Amino acid sequence: MLYALLCYNAEDVVFAWSQEEDDAVMARLGVVHDRLLKAGKLGPSLRLMPTTAATTLRKTDPPLVIDGPFAETKEQLLGFYVIDCADLDEALGVARELGQANPGGSYEIRPLRLFLPGALPA
Amino acid sequence: MSEMAWIDAALTSARPQAIGALLRYFRDLDTAEEAYQDACLRALRSWPEKGPPRDPAAWLILVGRNAALDGVRKRSRQTDLPPEETISDVDDVETPMAERLDGSHYRDDILRLMFICCHPELPATQQIALALRIVSGLGVRQIARAFLVGEAAMEQRITRAKARIAKAEVAFETPGPVERAERLAAVAAMVYLIFNEGYSSRSGEADARAPLCDEAIRLARLLQRLFQTEPEIMGLTALLLLQHARAPARFDAGGEVVLLEQQDRALWNRGMIAEGLALIDKAMRHRRPGASRCRPPSPRCTPARAGPRIPTGRGSSGSTPPWSISRRRRW
Repeated sequence: MLYALLCYNAEDVVFAWSQEEDDAVMARLGVVHDRLLKAGKLGPSLRLMPTTAATTLRKTDPPLVIDGPFAETKEQLLGFYVIDCADLDEALGVARELGQANPGGSYEIRPLRLFLPGALPA
Repeated sequence: MSEMAWIDAALTSARPQAIGALLRYFRDLDTAEEAYQDACLRALRSWPEKGPPRDPAAWLILVGRNAALDGVRKRSRQTDLPPEETISDVDDVETPMAERLDGSHYRDDILRLMFICCHPELPATQQIALALRIVSGLGVRQIARAFLVGEAAMEQRITRAKARIAKAEVAFETPGPVERAERLAAVAAMVYLIFNEGYSSRSGEADARAPLCDEAIRLARLLQRLFQTEPEIMGLTALLLLQHARAPARFDAGGEVVLLEQQDRALWNRGMIAEGLALIDKAMRHRRPGASRCRPPSPRCTPARAGPRIPTGRGSSGSTPPWSISRRRRW
């Protein structure tokens, strides 16, 4: 089953990381990513710009364009993974491993209903 | 990241909101700072054991306020029976946290905290030093290093600046829209000064001063989160990001300045450039006339396709922030 692993953390903390801290976290995550890739369990993964770069379109009539993210929250959606796991237990295991490499915040594990790979190259 | 590093990052990012709220409550900068320090000490003891709280800023405000009130209570017990108003203050501690941390306040709390650092009587260098000390929480030594002066001199400079703003009238009421806009403009100019202080470093100084650029970007992003719809702030953040993206290419191995045309574009920070361009896109949508026409010049320079028309940042240290100068009009 496909799961989305939604990464939530306080962006003011994450975006205040120094380059070295960022590199260290990415290196630790890279180890987990590699293993998941080799096992054929890792789909696309994305890291988002801060919510300050976001624009929201409210689908009212007429649609309304708002600066900023959909919702103002204490922790923000900073990125996500798509992973292929047998069940929730396995998905939680992956989340725990990623969480050890990158502490702080939360992962929301949400099963995917539809997955279209699309046409974009990496 | 280690646990201490995480706590450190959480304390740093909660600082403006926490001190801003404590300042609104105590109406005295020194008391607010002391209360915050007290809360930080308790956080360092408690967070590693119990884990970080869900909302670090709220935790620090509550604990800082209680600690300061505790101090008042102890002092008054040593002298006399507590005066009536202190007792009612203590009762006040029991009021629900939600009420005290009313979300609508915190935007103005942070803005006020930053705004008192830009008091017009303070020379620009003092404004910057004060903001770095109070808002960013940088140590005096670190600030002194960035300004290339001795620690004692910087300590004195900050103390003097603080004494000056202590005497100044600061409005603690919620500001009206006009006043808020004025404060925001003053604060934005100060953030740009901080950036410039870091950016205009010569080789050799760059290491000590580069953190000022990072700090300015952090403050600009903070402002933008508070004022999501302000094109002026989008332009400011974009300008800082686009300028700072070139930092790794600005000096060669020997510490000599590398002119823009000769810079190795592969060294430019693509993430920052992409974010800066995204912000310009957002700002352009507003098409608002006047100073808020954010116009960081020639943004369409990416490492892949680049014409050599990016600002060097030189000659822009005057009082007119460059993002208010419209060089190319789309409207």
